[in-house]
Amino acid sequence: MIPAAFGYERPATLEEALILLARHGEGARILSGGHSLLPVLKARLAHPGVLIDIGRIPALSGITRTAGGLRIGALTTHYEVESSPLVREACPLLAEAAGRIGDVQVRNRGTIGGSASHADPAADYPAALLALEAVLVASSPDGTRGIPAADFFTGPYENALKPGEILTAVEVASSPAGSGGAYLKAAQQASGFAICGVAALVTLSGGSIASAKIGVTGVATPAYRARKAEEALAGKPASPESLRAAAALAAEGVDPLDDFHASAEFRVQLAKVYTERALAEALRRAKG
Amino acid sequence: MATATKKKKAAGSAKKAPARTSKRAAAYTPPKKFPISFRVNGSEVRAEAPAHTSLLYLLRDLGFTEVKNGCEAGDCGACTVLLDGVAVNACCVLGVQAEGREITTVKGIGTVENLHPIQKKFIELGAIQCGFCTPGMIVAAYELLEKKPRPSREEIKAGIAGNLCRCTGYVKIIDAIEAAAGEMASSKGRKS
Repeated sequence: MIPAAFGYERPATLEEALILLARHGEGARILSGGHSLLPVLKARLAHPGVLIDIGRIPALSGITRTAGGLRIGALTTHYEVESSPLVREACPLLAEAAGRIGDVQVRNRGTIGGSASHADPAADYPAALLALEAVLVASSPDGTRGIPAADFFTGPYENALKPGEILTAVEVASSPAGSGGAYLKAAQQASGFAICGVAALVTLSGGSIASAKIGVTGVATPAYRARKAEEALAGKPASPESLRAAAALAAEGVDPLDDFHASAEFRVQLAKVYTERALAEALRRAKG
Repeated sequence: MATATKKKKAAGSAKKAPARTSKRAAAYTPPKKFPISFRVNGSEVRAEAPAHTSLLYLLRDLGFTEVKNGCEAGDCGACTVLLDGVAVNACCVLGVQAEGREITTVKGIGTVENLHPIQKKFIELGAIQCGFCTPGMIVAAYELLEKKPRPSREEIKAGIAGNLCRCTGYVKIIDAIEAAAGEMASSKGRKS
Protein backbone atom coordinates (compact mmCIF):
# COMPACT_ATOMS: atom_id res chain seq x y z
CA MET A 1 0.00 0.00 0.00
CA ILE A 2 1.49 3.26 -1.13
CA PRO A 3 -0.17 6.62 -0.62
CA ALA A 4 -0.54 9.08 -3.47
CA ALA A 5 2.41 11.44 -3.68
CA PHE A 6 2.33 14.51 -1.49
CA GLY A 7 4.63 17.39 -0.63
CA TYR A 8 6.35 17.60 2.70
CA GLU A 9 7.21 20.48 5.00
CA ARG A 10 8.98 20.28 8.33
CA PRO A 11 8.65 23.60 10.14
CA ALA A 12 10.91 24.25 13.11
CA THR A 13 8.50 26.52 14.96
CA LEU A 14 4.75 26.81 15.50
CA GLU A 15 4.73 30.21 13.75
CA GLU A 16 6.32 28.66 10.68
CA ALA A 17 3.80 25.78 10.77
CA LEU A 18 0.87 28.21 10.92
CA ILE A 19 2.23 30.19 7.96
CA LEU A 20 2.64 26.98 5.95
CA LEU A 21 -0.88 25.86 6.87
CA ALA A 22 -2.29 29.23 5.80
CA ARG A 23 -0.37 29.04 2.52
CA HIS A 24 -1.43 25.49 1.63
CA GLY A 25 -4.96 25.82 3.02
CA GLU A 26 -7.34 22.88 2.74
CA GLY A 27 -4.81 20.89 0.71
CA ALA A 28 -2.58 20.40 3.74
CA ARG A 29 -2.77 17.93 6.59
CA ILE A 30 -0.85 18.11 9.85
CA LEU A 31 1.43 15.13 10.52
CA SER A 32 2.62 14.19 13.99
CA GLY A 33 3.05 10.48 14.90
CA GLY A 34 1.46 9.33 11.65
CA HIS A 35 0.04 6.09 13.04
CA SER A 36 -3.50 7.23 12.20
CA LEU A 37 -2.90 9.56 9.27
CA LEU A 38 -0.56 7.38 7.20
CA PRO A 39 -2.92 4.36 7.13
CA VAL A 40 -5.69 6.77 6.02
CA LEU A 41 -3.49 8.06 3.20
CA LYS A 42 -2.45 4.55 2.17
CA ALA A 43 -6.11 3.55 1.97
CA ARG A 44 -6.50 6.67 -0.22
CA LEU A 45 -9.28 7.98 1.99
CA ALA A 46 -7.65 11.41 1.90
CA HIS A 47 -5.51 13.11 -0.74
CA PRO A 48 -3.61 16.00 0.82
CA GLY A 49 -1.26 17.92 -1.45
CA VAL A 50 1.20 18.44 1.36
CA LEU A 51 1.89 17.13 4.85
CA ILE A 52 3.11 19.59 7.44
CA ASP A 53 5.22 17.60 9.88
CA ILE A 54 5.00 19.30 13.28
CA GLY A 55 7.01 16.50 14.90
CA ARG A 56 10.08 18.61 15.58
CA ILE A 57 8.52 21.70 17.10
CA PRO A 58 9.85 21.80 20.67
CA ALA A 59 7.04 24.08 21.92
CA LEU A 60 4.50 21.33 21.26
CA SER A 61 6.15 18.70 23.46
CA GLY A 62 6.27 18.10 27.14
CA ILE A 63 4.02 17.96 30.14
CA THR A 64 4.04 20.96 32.48
CA ARG A 65 2.17 21.99 35.59
CA THR A 66 -0.30 24.86 35.35
CA ALA A 67 -2.13 26.72 38.12
CA GLY A 68 -4.89 24.13 38.40
CA GLY A 69 -3.57 21.12 36.56
CA LEU A 70 -1.46 20.11 33.59
CA ARG A 71 -0.67 21.28 30.13
CA ILE A 72 0.14 18.37 27.85
CA GLY A 73 1.83 19.35 24.59
CA ALA A 74 0.12 18.04 21.45
CA LEU A 75 3.18 15.93 20.54
CA THR A 76 3.16 14.02 23.84
CA THR A 77 2.96 10.34 23.01
CA HIS A 78 0.46 7.97 24.57
CA TYR A 79 3.35 6.19 26.27
CA GLU A 80 4.60 9.46 27.76
CA VAL A 81 1.13 10.22 29.13
CA GLU A 82 0.70 6.66 30.41
CA SER A 83 4.05 6.66 32.22
CA SER A 84 4.31 10.30 33.34
CA PRO A 85 4.51 10.65 37.14
CA LEU A 86 2.90 14.10 36.76
CA VAL A 87 -0.13 12.72 34.91
CA ARG A 88 -0.43 9.71 37.18
CA GLU A 89 -0.53 12.00 40.17
CA ALA A 90 -2.73 14.83 38.86
CA CYS A 91 -5.19 12.92 36.66
CA PRO A 92 -4.60 9.17 36.78
CA LEU A 93 -7.72 8.61 34.65
CA LEU A 94 -5.93 10.12 31.64
CA ALA A 95 -2.88 7.91 32.19
CA GLU A 96 -5.12 4.86 32.43
CA ALA A 97 -6.90 5.68 29.16
CA ALA A 98 -3.58 6.35 27.39
CA GLY A 99 -2.34 2.93 28.51
CA ARG A 100 -5.33 1.24 26.89
CA ILE A 101 -4.74 2.73 23.42
CA GLY A 102 -3.75 0.34 20.61
CA ASP A 103 -0.49 -1.52 21.15
CA VAL A 104 3.06 -0.66 22.18
CA GLN A 105 4.15 0.66 18.79
CA VAL A 106 1.06 2.85 18.51
CA ARG A 107 1.49 4.20 22.05
CA ASN A 108 5.17 4.90 21.39
CA ARG A 109 4.47 6.93 18.28
CA GLY A 110 0.89 8.19 18.52
CA THR A 111 0.34 11.59 20.10
CA ILE A 112 -2.45 13.07 22.19
CA GLY A 113 -2.88 15.95 19.74
CA GLY A 114 -2.94 13.61 16.77
CA SER A 115 -5.41 11.22 18.37
CA ALA A 116 -7.73 14.03 19.48
CA SER A 117 -7.66 15.72 16.06
CA HIS A 118 -8.19 12.44 14.24
CA ALA A 119 -11.38 12.10 16.34
CA ASP A 120 -11.91 8.42 15.66
CA PRO A 121 -15.33 7.62 17.15
CA ALA A 122 -13.89 4.45 18.73
CA ALA A 123 -10.71 6.03 20.13
CA ASP A 124 -9.98 5.88 23.86
CA TYR A 125 -8.85 9.43 24.59
CA PRO A 126 -12.17 11.19 23.87
CA ALA A 127 -13.94 9.38 26.74
CA ALA A 128 -11.28 10.47 29.24
CA LEU A 129 -10.98 14.01 27.86
CA LEU A 130 -14.76 14.42 28.18
CA ALA A 131 -14.92 13.06 31.73
CA LEU A 132 -11.98 15.26 32.76
CA GLU A 133 -13.54 18.32 31.06
CA ALA A 134 -10.25 18.85 29.27
CA VAL A 135 -9.66 21.95 27.18
CA LEU A 136 -8.08 21.56 23.76
CA VAL A 137 -5.86 24.49 22.88
CA ALA A 138 -5.78 25.59 19.25
CA SER A 139 -3.44 28.14 17.72
CA SER A 140 -3.94 30.13 14.55
CA PRO A 141 -2.34 33.25 13.13
CA ASP A 142 -5.06 35.17 15.01
CA GLY A 143 -4.09 33.79 18.39
CA THR A 144 -4.95 30.97 20.72
CA ARG A 145 -8.28 29.64 21.94
CA GLY A 146 -9.38 26.87 24.24
CA ILE A 147 -12.07 24.46 23.10
CA PRO A 148 -13.86 22.39 25.78
CA ALA A 149 -13.71 18.66 24.99
CA ALA A 150 -17.53 18.55 24.88
CA ASP A 151 -17.43 20.98 21.91
CA PHE A 152 -14.29 19.59 20.28
CA PHE A 153 -15.52 16.22 19.03
CA THR A 154 -18.17 17.09 16.46
CA GLY A 155 -18.59 13.89 14.45
CA PRO A 156 -16.84 10.82 13.10
CA TYR A 157 -13.29 12.00 12.27
CA GLU A 158 -14.51 15.56 12.68
CA ASN A 159 -13.38 18.16 15.16
CA ALA A 160 -14.05 21.81 15.94
CA LEU A 161 -10.72 23.09 14.60
CA LYS A 162 -11.16 25.85 12.05
CA PRO A 163 -9.14 25.95 8.84
CA GLY A 164 -5.73 27.33 9.67
CA GLU A 165 -5.77 26.15 13.28
CA ILE A 166 -3.37 23.64 14.82
CA LEU A 167 -4.08 21.79 18.05
CA THR A 168 -1.11 22.64 20.24
CA ALA A 169 -1.92 21.31 23.72
CA VAL A 170 -4.45 19.66 25.96
CA GLU A 171 -5.14 21.18 29.36
CA VAL A 172 -6.59 19.13 32.17
CA ALA A 173 -7.47 20.14 35.69
CA SER A 174 -6.02 18.10 38.56
CA SER A 175 -8.64 15.70 39.81
CA PRO A 176 -9.85 17.01 43.20
CA ALA A 177 -9.18 15.37 46.54
CA GLY A 178 -11.75 12.69 47.30
CA SER A 179 -12.11 11.82 43.65
CA GLY A 180 -11.45 8.62 41.76
CA GLY A 181 -11.41 7.78 38.09
CA ALA A 182 -11.57 4.67 35.97
CA TYR A 183 -11.52 3.83 32.26
CA LEU A 184 -12.92 0.50 31.18
CA LYS A 185 -13.55 -0.74 27.67
CA ALA A 186 -14.92 -3.60 25.67
CA ALA A 187 -12.33 -3.71 22.92
CA GLN A 188 -12.75 -4.98 19.41
CA GLN A 189 -10.58 -8.10 19.51
CA ALA A 190 -8.35 -7.50 16.50
CA SER A 191 -7.86 -3.73 16.56
CA GLY A 192 -8.21 -2.91 20.24
CA PHE A 193 -10.55 -0.03 19.37
CA ALA A 194 -13.45 0.51 21.76
CA ILE A 195 -16.82 -1.03 20.99
CA CYS A 196 -17.68 0.66 24.24
CA GLY A 197 -15.29 2.62 26.43
CA VAL A 198 -16.38 4.43 29.57
CA ALA A 199 -14.34 6.94 31.56
CA ALA A 200 -15.82 7.88 34.92
CA LEU A 201 -14.62 10.47 37.41
CA VAL A 202 -16.44 10.43 40.75
CA THR A 203 -15.94 12.97 43.52
CA LEU A 204 -17.13 12.11 47.02
CA SER A 205 -18.21 14.45 49.76
CA GLY A 206 -18.88 12.69 53.03
CA GLY A 207 -20.70 9.49 52.17
CA SER A 208 -22.39 10.86 49.08
CA ILE A 209 -21.48 11.60 45.52
CA ALA A 210 -20.72 15.29 45.02
CA SER A 211 -20.35 14.89 41.28
CA ALA A 212 -19.84 12.27 38.62
CA LYS A 213 -18.53 12.86 35.12
CA ILE A 214 -18.89 10.15 32.51
CA GLY A 215 -17.40 10.07 29.00
CA VAL A 216 -18.48 7.33 26.60
CA THR A 217 -16.65 6.36 23.39
CA GLY A 218 -17.38 3.79 20.69
CA VAL A 219 -21.12 3.65 21.36
CA ALA A 220 -22.26 6.63 19.33
CA THR A 221 -20.59 9.24 17.22
CA PRO A 222 -19.10 11.49 18.39
CA ALA A 223 -18.05 10.36 21.87
CA TYR A 224 -20.38 11.92 24.44
CA ARG A 225 -20.92 12.88 28.07
CA ALA A 226 -23.60 10.68 29.68
CA ARG A 227 -25.23 13.70 31.29
CA LYS A 228 -28.48 12.00 32.29
CA ALA A 229 -26.51 9.42 34.25
CA GLU A 230 -24.32 12.14 35.78
CA GLU A 231 -27.39 14.12 36.92
CA ALA A 232 -28.93 11.00 38.44
CA LEU A 233 -25.85 10.59 40.65
CA ALA A 234 -25.36 14.11 41.98
CA GLY A 235 -25.98 14.21 45.71
CA LYS A 236 -26.90 10.52 45.89
CA PRO A 237 -25.44 8.14 48.47
CA ALA A 238 -22.41 6.23 47.19
CA SER A 239 -24.28 2.93 47.01
CA PRO A 240 -24.42 0.17 44.39
CA GLU A 241 -28.11 0.94 43.90
CA SER A 242 -27.52 4.56 42.91
CA LEU A 243 -24.73 3.50 40.54
CA ARG A 244 -26.98 0.95 38.87
CA ALA A 245 -29.89 3.37 38.54
CA ALA A 246 -27.62 6.00 36.99
CA ALA A 247 -25.85 3.56 34.69
CA ALA A 248 -29.19 2.54 33.21
CA LEU A 249 -29.27 6.07 31.70
CA ALA A 250 -25.80 5.82 30.11
CA ALA A 251 -27.08 5.68 26.52
CA GLU A 252 -30.21 7.76 27.09
CA GLY A 253 -30.97 10.02 24.15
CA VAL A 254 -28.03 8.85 21.98
CA ASP A 255 -28.19 7.36 18.52
CA PRO A 256 -26.07 4.22 18.92
CA LEU A 257 -23.73 2.94 16.21
CA ASP A 258 -24.74 -0.28 14.53
CA ASP A 259 -22.14 -2.20 12.54
CA PHE A 260 -20.56 -5.62 12.08
CA HIS A 261 -18.62 -5.29 15.34
CA ALA A 262 -21.74 -4.86 17.49
CA SER A 263 -25.43 -4.14 17.04
CA ALA A 264 -26.94 -0.92 18.38
CA GLU A 265 -28.80 -2.91 21.02
CA PHE A 266 -25.60 -4.60 22.22
CA ARG A 267 -23.75 -1.29 22.35
CA VAL A 268 -26.47 0.23 24.53
CA GLN A 269 -26.27 -2.76 26.84
CA LEU A 270 -22.46 -2.45 26.97
CA ALA A 271 -22.76 1.27 27.74
CA LYS A 272 -24.95 0.52 30.75
CA VAL A 273 -22.83 -2.33 32.07
CA TYR A 274 -19.48 -0.61 31.53
CA THR A 275 -20.77 2.63 33.04
CA GLU A 276 -21.82 0.77 36.17
CA ARG A 277 -18.45 -1.01 36.38
CA ALA A 278 -16.45 2.16 35.70
CA LEU A 279 -18.44 4.07 38.32
CA ALA A 280 -17.94 1.28 40.88
CA GLU A 281 -14.19 1.20 40.21
CA ALA A 282 -13.94 5.01 40.31
CA LEU A 283 -15.82 5.02 43.61
CA ARG A 284 -13.53 2.37 45.06
CA ARG A 285 -10.52 4.49 44.11
CA ALA A 286 -12.16 7.68 45.43
CA LYS A 287 -12.54 6.00 48.80
CA GLY A 288 -8.80 5.25 48.55
CA MET B 1 -6.49 -3.60 -18.25
CA ALA B 2 -6.71 0.17 -18.08
CA THR B 3 -3.81 0.50 -20.50
CA ALA B 4 -5.45 -1.84 -23.01
CA THR B 5 -8.62 0.25 -23.00
CA LYS B 6 -6.66 3.42 -23.57
CA LYS B 7 -4.84 1.87 -26.52
CA LYS B 8 -8.11 0.90 -28.12
CA LYS B 9 -9.43 4.43 -27.82
CA ALA B 10 -6.23 5.82 -29.22
CA ALA B 11 -6.46 3.53 -32.23
CA GLY B 12 -9.99 4.76 -32.89
CA SER B 13 -8.92 8.39 -32.99
CA ALA B 14 -5.41 8.15 -34.29
CA LYS B 15 -4.98 11.88 -34.92
CA LYS B 16 -5.89 13.04 -31.43
CA ALA B 17 -4.02 10.37 -29.54
CA PRO B 18 -0.44 11.68 -29.75
CA ALA B 19 -1.53 15.13 -28.60
CA ARG B 20 -3.30 13.66 -25.61
CA THR B 21 -0.31 11.52 -24.72
CA SER B 22 2.13 14.39 -24.82
CA LYS B 23 -0.24 16.54 -22.75
CA ARG B 24 -0.31 13.84 -20.11
CA ALA B 25 3.42 13.52 -20.10
CA ALA B 26 3.74 17.25 -19.59
CA ALA B 27 1.22 17.22 -16.75
CA TYR B 28 3.13 14.60 -14.81
CA THR B 29 5.99 15.79 -12.71
CA PRO B 30 7.72 13.13 -10.66
CA PRO B 31 7.45 13.78 -6.94
CA LYS B 32 10.27 15.78 -5.45
CA LYS B 33 12.94 13.70 -3.76
CA PHE B 34 14.26 14.63 -0.36
CA PRO B 35 17.79 13.88 0.82
CA ILE B 36 17.65 11.80 4.00
CA SER B 37 20.62 11.01 6.20
CA PHE B 38 20.25 8.84 9.24
CA ARG B 39 21.90 5.97 11.06
CA VAL B 40 20.97 2.31 10.80
CA ASN B 41 22.48 -0.10 13.30
CA GLY B 42 25.24 2.39 13.99
CA SER B 43 26.22 3.11 10.37
CA GLU B 44 25.64 6.39 8.58
CA VAL B 45 23.16 6.04 5.71
CA ARG B 46 22.39 8.58 2.98
CA ALA B 47 19.39 8.21 0.75
CA GLU B 48 16.97 10.12 -1.42
CA ALA B 49 13.24 9.47 -1.54
CA PRO B 50 9.93 11.17 -2.21
CA ALA B 51 8.01 12.24 0.91
CA HIS B 52 5.40 9.51 0.55
CA THR B 53 7.98 6.70 0.81
CA SER B 54 7.52 4.93 4.12
CA LEU B 55 10.49 4.22 6.34
CA LEU B 56 9.71 0.54 5.73
CA TYR B 57 10.14 0.88 1.94
CA LEU B 58 13.17 3.12 2.36
CA LEU B 59 14.92 0.59 4.63
CA ARG B 60 14.09 -2.38 2.41
CA ASP B 61 15.21 -0.52 -0.72
CA LEU B 62 18.50 0.20 1.03
CA GLY B 63 18.95 -3.52 1.65
CA PHE B 64 17.70 -3.79 5.22
CA THR B 65 15.32 -6.57 4.23
CA GLU B 66 15.32 -7.96 7.76
CA VAL B 67 12.57 -5.36 8.29
CA LYS B 68 9.53 -7.29 7.11
CA ASN B 69 6.65 -5.92 5.09
CA GLY B 70 3.41 -7.35 6.52
CA CYS B 71 0.18 -5.38 6.65
CA GLU B 72 1.56 -1.88 5.93
CA ALA B 73 -1.17 -0.42 8.10
CA GLY B 74 0.33 -0.54 11.58
CA ASP B 75 -1.54 -3.66 12.63
CA CYS B 76 0.90 -6.58 12.42
CA GLY B 77 4.20 -5.24 13.79
CA ALA B 78 6.35 -7.21 11.31
CA CYS B 79 8.17 -3.98 10.40
CA THR B 80 8.93 -2.99 14.00
CA VAL B 81 12.23 -1.11 14.35
CA LEU B 82 13.64 1.09 17.07
CA LEU B 83 13.51 4.80 16.23
CA ASP B 84 15.86 6.52 18.66
CA GLY B 85 15.43 3.50 20.92
CA VAL B 86 11.63 3.40 20.73
CA ALA B 87 9.72 0.58 18.99
CA VAL B 88 7.63 1.86 16.08
CA ASN B 89 5.97 0.43 12.99
CA ALA B 90 8.27 1.46 10.13
CA CYS B 91 5.28 1.32 7.76
CA CYS B 92 3.62 4.20 9.60
CA VAL B 93 6.64 6.48 9.65
CA LEU B 94 7.75 8.40 6.58
CA GLY B 95 11.30 7.95 5.38
CA VAL B 96 11.80 11.71 5.59
CA GLN B 97 10.86 11.58 9.27
CA ALA B 98 13.97 9.46 9.90
CA GLU B 99 16.23 12.40 9.04
CA GLY B 100 18.93 12.62 11.68
CA ARG B 101 17.49 9.70 13.67
CA GLU B 102 18.98 6.39 14.77
CA ILE B 103 17.26 3.25 13.51
CA THR B 104 17.91 -0.18 15.01
CA THR B 105 16.70 -3.31 13.23
CA VAL B 106 16.85 -6.87 14.50
CA LYS B 107 20.39 -7.07 13.09
CA GLY B 108 21.42 -4.20 15.32
CA ILE B 109 20.28 -6.07 18.41
CA GLY B 110 22.56 -9.04 17.86
CA THR B 111 24.49 -10.71 15.05
CA VAL B 112 24.71 -14.32 13.92
CA GLU B 113 28.15 -14.52 15.56
CA ASN B 114 27.06 -12.74 18.69
CA LEU B 115 23.37 -13.40 19.34
CA HIS B 116 21.45 -11.35 21.84
CA PRO B 117 19.91 -13.47 24.64
CA ILE B 118 16.44 -12.85 23.17
CA GLN B 119 17.56 -14.18 19.79
CA LYS B 120 19.30 -17.14 21.42
CA LYS B 121 16.23 -18.10 23.43
CA PHE B 122 13.94 -17.74 20.38
CA ILE B 123 16.09 -20.37 18.65
CA GLU B 124 16.57 -22.65 21.66
CA LEU B 125 12.92 -22.70 22.68
CA GLY B 126 11.40 -23.05 19.20
CA ALA B 127 9.75 -19.62 19.19
CA ILE B 128 10.29 -19.39 15.43
CA GLN B 129 8.24 -21.27 12.87
CA CYS B 130 7.95 -19.53 9.50
CA GLY B 131 10.06 -16.68 10.85
CA PHE B 132 8.25 -13.79 9.24
CA CYS B 133 7.14 -12.14 12.47
CA THR B 134 10.45 -12.88 14.22
CA PRO B 135 12.45 -9.71 13.42
CA GLY B 136 9.61 -7.44 14.59
CA MET B 137 8.85 -9.67 17.53
CA ILE B 138 12.46 -9.58 18.72
CA VAL B 139 12.68 -5.81 18.39
CA ALA B 140 9.45 -5.43 20.39
CA ALA B 141 10.73 -7.87 23.01
CA TYR B 142 14.01 -5.96 23.20
CA GLU B 143 12.20 -2.71 23.91
CA LEU B 144 9.96 -4.41 26.46
CA LEU B 145 12.97 -5.71 28.39
CA GLU B 146 14.56 -2.25 28.25
CA LYS B 147 11.48 -0.80 29.92
CA LYS B 148 10.77 -3.77 32.21
CA PRO B 149 13.71 -6.12 32.77
CA ARG B 150 11.65 -8.80 34.56
CA PRO B 151 8.14 -8.70 33.07
CA SER B 152 5.37 -11.06 34.13
CA ARG B 153 3.84 -13.29 31.44
CA GLU B 154 0.89 -10.87 31.30
CA GLU B 155 3.27 -7.96 30.79
CA ILE B 156 5.05 -9.89 28.04
CA LYS B 157 1.70 -10.45 26.31
CA ALA B 158 0.96 -6.72 26.53
CA GLY B 159 4.47 -5.94 25.28
CA ILE B 160 4.04 -8.00 22.10
CA ALA B 161 0.35 -7.18 21.58
CA GLY B 162 1.34 -5.17 18.51
CA ASN B 163 3.09 -8.12 16.85
CA LEU B 164 1.04 -10.79 15.18
CA CYS B 165 2.26 -14.37 14.73
CA ARG B 166 0.16 -16.78 12.71
CA CYS B 167 2.24 -19.92 13.43
CA THR B 168 3.29 -20.39 17.01
CA GLY B 169 0.22 -19.50 19.04
CA TYR B 170 2.56 -17.20 20.99
CA VAL B 171 3.23 -19.60 23.89
CA LYS B 172 6.82 -20.37 22.88
CA ILE B 173 7.47 -16.72 22.05
CA ILE B 174 6.37 -15.75 25.56
CA ASP B 175 8.50 -18.60 26.98
CA ALA B 176 11.53 -17.35 25.04
CA ILE B 177 11.14 -13.73 26.18
CA GLU B 178 10.67 -14.86 29.77
CA ALA B 179 13.78 -17.06 29.56
CA ALA B 180 15.81 -14.27 27.95
CA ALA B 181 14.79 -11.88 30.72
CA GLY B 182 15.97 -14.45 33.26
CA GLU B 183 19.28 -14.95 31.50
CA MET B 184 19.88 -11.22 31.12
CA ALA B 185 19.11 -10.65 34.81
CA SER B 186 21.47 -13.41 35.95
CA SER B 187 24.32 -12.35 33.64
CA LYS B 188 23.85 -8.77 34.88
CA GLY B 189 23.99 -10.10 38.44
CA ARG B 190 27.25 -11.94 37.68
CA LYS B 191 28.86 -8.86 36.18
CA SER B 192 28.17 -6.56 39.11
